[in-house]
Amino acid sequence: MSCPEDDAGVPLRETADRLLADLLTPQARARIAAGEWPDDLWSALAEAGLPAAILPEAAGGFGVPVADALSLLTVAGRHALPLPLADTMLAGLALARAGLPVPDGPLAVAEGADATLDAAGRATGRAWGVAWGRHARAVVVPAEGPDGPRLVALPRDALAIEPGTGIAGDPRDAVRFEAVAAPSAPAPFGAPALRAAGAATRALMMAGALGAVSAMTTAYAQERRQFGRALGQFQAVQQNLAVLAGQAASAAAAADLAAEAVDAWGPGLMPALAAAKVRTGEAAGQGAAIAHQVHGAIGFTQEHRLHLFTRRLWAWRDEFGREAEWALLLGRHLIAAGPDGLWPAITAA
Amino acid sequence: MPQFTFPSPPPSPEAEVFRAEIRDFLATELKDRAPIDRAQSWNGLDPAFSRKLGQRGWLGLTWPTAYGGHARSNLERYVLLEELLGAGAPVGAHWIAERQSGPSLLRYGTEAQKRAILPRIAAGECFFCIGMSEPDSGSDLASVRTRAVREDGGWRVNGTKLWTTNATHCHFMILFCRTAPADREHRHAGTSQFVVDLTLPGITIRPVRNLVGEHHFNEVVFEDALLPEDALLGQEGEGWSQVTGELAYERSGPERFLSSFRLLVELVRALQPAADERAAIALGRLAAQLVTLRRMSRSVAGLLQAGADPALEAAMVKDLGALVEQAIPEIARDLIAEGPPTPQGRAFAEVLAYTTLHAPSFSLRGGTREILRGIIARGLGLR
Ligand SMILES: Cc1cc2nc3c(=O)[nH]c(=O)nc-3n(C[C@H](O)[C@H](O)[C@H](O)COP(=O)(O)OP(=O)(O)OC[C@H]3O[C@@H](n4cnc5c(N)ncnc54)[C@H](O)[C@@H]3O)c2cc1C
Repeated sequence: MSCPEDDAGVPLRETADRLLADLLTPQARARIAAGEWPDDLWSALAEAGLPAAILPEAAGGFGVPVADALSLLTVAGRHALPLPLADTMLAGLALARAGLPVPDGPLAVAEGADATLDAAGRATGRAWGVAWGRHARAVVVPAEGPDGPRLVALPRDALAIEPGTGIAGDPRDAVRFEAVAAPSAPAPFGAPALRAAGAATRALMMAGALGAVSAMTTAYAQERRQFGRALGQFQAVQQNLAVLAGQAASAAAAADLAAEAVDAWGPGLMPALAAAKVRTGEAAGQGAAIAHQVHGAIGFTQEHRLHLFTRRLWAWRDEFGREAEWALLLGRHLIAAGPDGLWPAITAA
Repeated sequence: MPQFTFPSPPPSPEAEVFRAEIRDFLATELKDRAPIDRAQSWNGLDPAFSRKLGQRGWLGLTWPTAYGGHARSNLERYVLLEELLGAGAPVGAHWIAERQSGPSLLRYGTEAQKRAILPRIAAGECFFCIGMSEPDSGSDLASVRTRAVREDGGWRVNGTKLWTTNATHCHFMILFCRTAPADREHRHAGTSQFVVDLTLPGITIRPVRNLVGEHHFNEVVFEDALLPEDALLGQEGEGWSQVTGELAYERSGPERFLSSFRLLVELVRALQPAADERAAIALGRLAAQLVTLRRMSRSVAGLLQAGADPALEAAMVKDLGALVEQAIPEIARDLIAEGPPTPQGRAFAEVLAYTTLHAPSFSLRGGTREILRGIIARGLGLR
């Protein structure tokens, strides 16, 4: 993914980088934080082809490999994007793989759902952890149908929304639905695989955000002076910044693994996706802590932009499964592999 | 600000075919090797095993065939190294020669040096040690005092090297020393490297026992040892840049995060058949680190293959790798309670003890944690 020559992700990432730098002005962030849905911003992302980049050509995409399209999310993370690009991409990919139409506009994938479909194709149940659910055109959930698991695209207008806010301040809703007629198809993968792909999107965004945090913290340490010297000249601070850079680099490596595993969706789940969510989640916690330490009190203010990143790091490390959840799955996978299977299981990533 | 990038390692189908071949070989070759011996990882020393690898063409894998090498890719070599370490093969005899002395000779050696020595390393018959540290020069390597003075017919060397791993088993040392007086303004100037035949008169090797009582490292004393003219490696005065050029090889390999791997295997064995949630989570967290480090380390192998100089990335792999190597014994002891002696329990306890006792060295050897972080900080533009 970071191999410049043969990487379809490079032009995409450059476009996204420029666009987000232009769009995400302090005023735009303030509007969004106040609860407004910024239709103009979303349209600009859509016109640049970002949400659709992950789709197969038949579904309106332009034939970019999935791993390269997903690499866009590192850029979203680097800009602390307060819009549901990841969720729209994920929903689109899931719907396209299930052979369902992909609605235009922002989409959501529920982090968790408890849903059934009746014989007439009507969905009943609830879903939670729905990023920007109130603004999504459709919410994708796995549901149990009469003939087995299906993937359902619930139209937003038929949902009862219980608004909520995540720790990053972004909308995170719960929804209820009762005999809602909704497009559905046999699930091309199980609910755990959908959750794993969700985890991959968070891993990628965390990697991008940590890269930004590492850069801004290093830069701050070079500007801020105390005791007649830049903070970055104190060895204790240097060592912390080196640890932060190491956490950012390993998050990036883990996120690359995750993106490639989603490309192979299904068997590639273990150990790559689990390892990636665990590692990026750990890196997010350790990295954010160092960034705040180096920034001092100014980094603890609403005025400073550090929290745009650190609050999202704390949110994303929880979404689609915390480290403990994925570590448990990975640990069980390895224990099942047994002592002689441990090494082959590790080298499978 | 410079960002550290770890590009995707290029795919290498040949390496995966090779992996199967290596696994077959090791399954037979090591079938009677006990867990406690496997736990020695790259400290395990068996010249006969090294010769066997040489006979199979598995040493100097990437070197040109003209020097006994096999002209294969860095990614294939990577798979070989990680499979050897994963299995706990006794690779210590040749490890340093194959990892860094050979590559240094290839890069800086004269045609005659290369022809004389490289084929012997590739055959598993010639072992090297690293003569960098001294009693008063550890992290501050540029302060070395061992001195080589040019005279008729060669170089006269006086001084003491310390912590020289495996010196008693090695044929040669790559010596890093002063060839001109120290200059306060240019600390790195006036140093050179030599290929030293350890059988020469004037060289005395004394064992130094580690805290377990094992003999791995040594003191090597030079008293008017006369090295021949052609012992100089590379350019006189270029010792510093040559020695730092070795570091990407020295610091990025899978041995920098797999030193405790055997303990993880024994932990999984001890947790059979079912592990509780706490144990599975702890194991999963450690494995997540190993999977990520392996990715980063393979990425560095790809960068080396492409001719880049990933010294900073290597420092990062080693810093993060030592953390997980040292976490493994701490976490393993937390998960398995000491119980009544059973054969299985004994294997775990032995490997845990071995790993606990050796763990402090993981963040010292090859550059300490603080020094590595200093290198990374310099890469960030802070120094
Ligand atoms: C098992 C083992 C095998 C070894 N094998 C070899 C070998 O084969 N050949 C060889 O040449 N050497 C070898 N070494 C030596 C190794 O390279 C040195 O131990 C290492 O470079 C550190 O030097 P030192 O031990 O003298 O510690 P010191 O340099 O004295 O450092 C002691 C402590 O102070 C810290 N420190 C030092 N300077 C700074 C600074 N500027 N800022 C912050 N902290 C600092 C260090 O990080 C460390 O924590 C081996 C060491 C071990 C443990």
